[in-house]
Amino acid sequence: MVRAEGVRKRFGVTEVLKGIDLEVGRGEVLCVIGPSGSGKSTLLRCINHLEKIHGGRLSVDGELVGYQQRGDRLYELREREVARKRAEIGMVFQHFNLFPHMTVLGNIIEAPCRVKKVARDEAIERAKRLLDQVGLAGREDTYPRQLSGGQQQRVAIARALAMEPKLMLFDEPTSALDPELVGDVLDVMRDLARSGMTMFVVTHEMGFAREVGDKLVFMDDGVVVEAGVPRDVIANPQHERTRNFLSKVL
Amino acid sequence: MTAADDSTGAASHLKAVPVRHPGRWVAAAVIAVVVAMLIHSFLANPLYDWGRIGRTLFAAPILRGTLKTLELTVLAMVVGIAGGILLAVMRLSPNPVLSASSAFYIWFFRGTPVLVQIVIWYNLSYLYKHISLGLPFVHVTFVTFSTNTLISQFGAAILGLGLNEAAYMAEIVRAGILSVDEGQSEAASALGMPSSLIMRRIVLPQAMRIIVPPTGNETISMLKTTSIVIYIALPELFTSAQNYINTTFVSIPYFIVACIWYLAMTSVLTIGQGYIERYYGRGSNRNPPSGGFLERMGRALRFGRPWLPGRDQMVLSTGNNGD
Ligand SMILES: Nc1ncnc2c1ncn2[C@@H]1O[C@H](COP(=O)(O)OP(=O)(O)OP(=O)(O)O)[C@@H](O)[C@H]1O
Ligand SMILES: [Mg+2]
Repeated sequence: MVRAEGVRKRFGVTEVLKGIDLEVGRGEVLCVIGPSGSGKSTLLRCINHLEKIHGGRLSVDGELVGYQQRGDRLYELREREVARKRAEIGMVFQHFNLFPHMTVLGNIIEAPCRVKKVARDEAIERAKRLLDQVGLAGREDTYPRQLSGGQQQRVAIARALAMEPKLMLFDEPTSALDPELVGDVLDVMRDLARSGMTMFVVTHEMGFAREVGDKLVFMDDGVVVEAGVPRDVIANPQHERTRNFLSKVL
Repeated sequence: MTAADDSTGAASHLKAVPVRHPGRWVAAAVIAVVVAMLIHSFLANPLYDWGRIGRTLFAAPILRGTLKTLELTVLAMVVGIAGGILLAVMRLSPNPVLSASSAFYIWFFRGTPVLVQIVIWYNLSYLYKHISLGLPFVHVTFVTFSTNTLISQFGAAILGLGLNEAAYMAEIVRAGILSVDEGQSEAASALGMPSSLIMRRIVLPQAMRIIVPPTGNETISMLKTTSIVIYIALPELFTSAQNYINTTFVSIPYFIVACIWYLAMTSVLTIGQGYIERYYGRGSNRNPPSGGFLERMGRALRFGRPWLPGRDQMVLSTGNNGD
């Protein structure tokens, strides 16, 4: 579903991604861990073209991100086409980023109605089912600020799912939450993984990574240091840097 | 025995005495005297001529002038706000041509007096007899208008006031847009929304919270700025008052009449602004204030002290030496 080959990204002169190779298969859950500033968020944002890469190849579902290949040439996509591609990829942010001026229902149906042109009734119907799925049935008319952090994050997940994405990106979805609220969000993500969603999760929840993840990638300083089955990587890390990091988070 | 010696159980029997504010009573007395003196001077001085004010307050020319002022203000602000939003979006656009054009517009229209702009619009027919749409230098014309039919007195006023206002509104709108967290447009892009939709549905509605208060300021300021169209002899409120002055050679009472109407319109605008702010503030508070301006004023002006939860059971937890 996602394939990265030698992906490079720099901000100004500092290179943040220094040739990333990884692959996520359909229905797989990939967890990414690594110290602050190692480029995890940047990689995630490159996948739905919120950031532009400067080298290597990055493709989602067999199509290059941000470009179209015709013959032996790559054509940069126009904004509308990039937007259409992004609509197929859900993204959940560390700080939720719900739209505060819209109700929970408004947040969820906005993109389906305005981007996919789904009929309003149908979108509402679906939104209610999604809210039920994330354990927030009946909260349609509340405004985001009236919800707890954990509830807001679950609304954000429902909002992303409303576009029926084929891939979900999570950027530290629980690290802005109080410890007792983390569980609810992880439960929703676990259910989602069981339902066969392809997921790319940046997280520090090692329990979640071990239990739900199919792959675990450890990144440091813009490179993939170590990748493998979560259980193995956590139990006996091959690299000194991985060992160091794990000793701090476990 | 002092309160500090009491156990916490005994402290609950103590009566709490609120802080006294003798200063407030002194201030109230001083202000009451000053106000009474002012009112007396208004009533006792025949030069105010309240009879004349009463007679002209609802006179037809004054009412027509008031309506014209209102019309000018509304239309100029519509042009100003629409233009301001357009200019602000252009200014923030990644397209350097649009951004520079907007900057130039703002520089020019803020940098020249609005009076001159109005007079130039009014006298445009002196500079250009006809206005035609076509390609420059190659003598291709599509349509031609006579300038005088295109820009009337009223049109010149709206153009002058509105286009000038747009330059100021552009900066207000830009500040509003910049105040919205970047995460908002990022989340919207991630949902596949194109940038025009993001601006219209996500960013601008949130920017409105920042945009509305200074826009209220601008509208009230515009209400009074419209009086400068007296230079192109457009009969709005101030001009109407001036006409009375020119025929009767009495000025103060007519100026008071105009001020009463300006104040009345300002009051209505202020109340309207409160409602607009409440609309755009929805979802921005955990406990949104209930009721509009009138209800809140009603509550604030109600006689007696506001009810405080548990005021009667206030407990002193630290000692005092009041015995
Ligand atoms: N827009 C930007 N401009 C310049 N530098 C940036 C920008 N975004 C990120 N960086 C830099 O890129 C590096 C990687 O950032 P990134 O956010 O990807 O790290 P991260 O692994 O997600 O860290 P964290 O765990 O703290 O979220 C950091 O050194 C950061 O300073
Ligand atoms: Mg990050």
